Amino acid sequence: MLDVQNITKIFLKGTPNAHTALDDLSLHLDDGDFVTVIGSNGAGKSTLFNAIAGTFFCDSGRIVLDGENITYQKEHLRAKSVGRIFQDPMKGTAPELTVAENLSLAYAKATRNLFSFALRKKDTEFFRTRLAALDMGLEDRMHTKMGQLSGGQRQAVTLLMSTMVTPKLLLLDEHTAALDPVTAQKVLDITKTVVSENRITTMMITHNISQALHTGNRTIMLSGGKIVLDLQGEAREKLTIHALMELYREKSGKLLDNDRMLLSDMESPPTSEI
Amino acid sequence: MAMLTSALLLGLQYALLALGVYITFRVLNIPDLTVDGSFVFGAAASAALCVAGHPFFGLLAAIGSGAAAGLVTGLLQTKARIHPILAGILTMNGLYTVNLAVMDGKPNLSLIGKPRFYEFLYTLFPDANKDALKTAAVAVICAVVVALLILFFRTVFGLCIRATGDNEDMVRASSINTNAAKITALALANALVALSGGLIAQTGGFADVNAGGGMIVVGLASVIIGEVVCGKRRLAGALVSAVVGSVIYRLIIALALESAVFSANALKLISAVIVGITLSVPAIRTALAQNRQKREALRDA
Repeated sequence: MLDVQNITKIFLKGTPNAHTALDDLSLHLDDGDFVTVIGSNGAGKSTLFNAIAGTFFCDSGRIVLDGENITYQKEHLRAKSVGRIFQDPMKGTAPELTVAENLSLAYAKATRNLFSFALRKKDTEFFRTRLAALDMGLEDRMHTKMGQLSGGQRQAVTLLMSTMVTPKLLLLDEHTAALDPVTAQKVLDITKTVVSENRITTMMITHNISQALHTGNRTIMLSGGKIVLDLQGEAREKLTIHALMELYREKSGKLLDNDRMLLSDMESPPTSEI
Repeated sequence: MAMLTSALLLGLQYALLALGVYITFRVLNIPDLTVDGSFVFGAAASAALCVAGHPFFGLLAAIGSGAAAGLVTGLLQTKARIHPILAGILTMNGLYTVNLAVMDGKPNLSLIGKPRFYEFLYTLFPDANKDALKTAAVAVICAVVVALLILFFRTVFGLCIRATGDNEDMVRASSINTNAAKITALALANALVALSGGLIAQTGGFADVNAGGGMIVVGLASVIIGEVVCGKRRLAGALVSAVVGSVIYRLIIALALESAVFSANALKLISAVIVGITLSVPAIRTALAQNRQKREALRDA
């Protein structure tokens, strides 16, 4: 599905502050893969997502999505096949528009021409059933301004918006990190359901090691703009969190330096993340 | 009574300016200073074609020239990445020369004895009051524009424009070309502003190259007075309230000048003060509410 071939990105190239954010990185994702991405701050996780989503063009290398070379495709054109959710719940929706208008922005844009009406009666019914499936009571608040919803509700709606027209690839950039533990777990559960129901190829950045091991079918670890660990199948299932941290130390030659990783209670379920 | 009807006529014509300002200031969230130039551009184009004997084409030309001005500002903002306010100022300044050229190098173009767009009504209804007919013609144009705008902002593209002003990052990440949305909105807004200028040139009987100074203030005042009077509403209501605001603004100006305390020379200062006061109404309201809350809490304690 996704083929990232030898991409390199150097920020501030040619200056004394040049920083190699992605270093000859290659990655292949099969159709329906759900990959969790871990690594310390500055490892290049978000940069990798930005490169795939087209926020910038890479200095070298190729990105192929579903057989199409998208290396130099503009961000808003790529967005048709790449859904993306950010950590900040404010980023994914338009606060002054209603819930229904936000949903129709995602839905009508993909299914209708630009000058047809955005929100039709039968859409409202369709949105109602999709919102009801989230089990957050949002189906009765369709005409509420998005800005009046809580962060968790917004992230759930954003998820719905990105997956209503099934994307080829879904990028989740720590999308539960800003939510309280209970809501985070709920949004994660919704994510798992939506992804498995539609068999969406997905990448999820997380700082919660336990979440990384127990979600999806594959885990990669980044360090210094390279993939230093790629775990799947039996090897991944058997791995404990302690063993994973030990592996990281071996591979990258340094300790895990992320506060949140160290603070999270290592053997407990992901809801305990502070 | 005469004051009321003339305020209504002027208010309805300036309402199109207010609608244009509403689109940039409230929907796109960008104060667009192009309007000072595009207002005169519309007036000049409309007057020039009136002189040539084509009042209807004059109005169409006004719409077209305003859209062109908006397009230039839009390109400066998005493609050349110039700060939105500076982009507007650049276009506005450049337009001064263009406007002079359109008016054949003269600073003022008189339309006395030239045909106007509303005159066909005089032959259709020979018994009716001429001012009433003029006002009716302008009111119909206003109503049609508001209806079309409401329909447009309900389309997919209209929704994209609203979302662009609200959360640009999100819109870009959801496969919408934000540059196209901004450029279109600016062209649309300035087309309305120029149509307003075109109408005023014909009903007033002249176009003046300096008539555009402070038009952004007039537009903002109308939008904000509308919001203060009708409350902050969602799109359809907000468009109607901009029209209402524009008429009320003209009434306030007329009353202020009528009162004999002010001379006509005070027009600009009065306008600025009205805008200043209306813009600060929300802040004053919050301050008063907080004060009241504090006093009540202290009394109960």
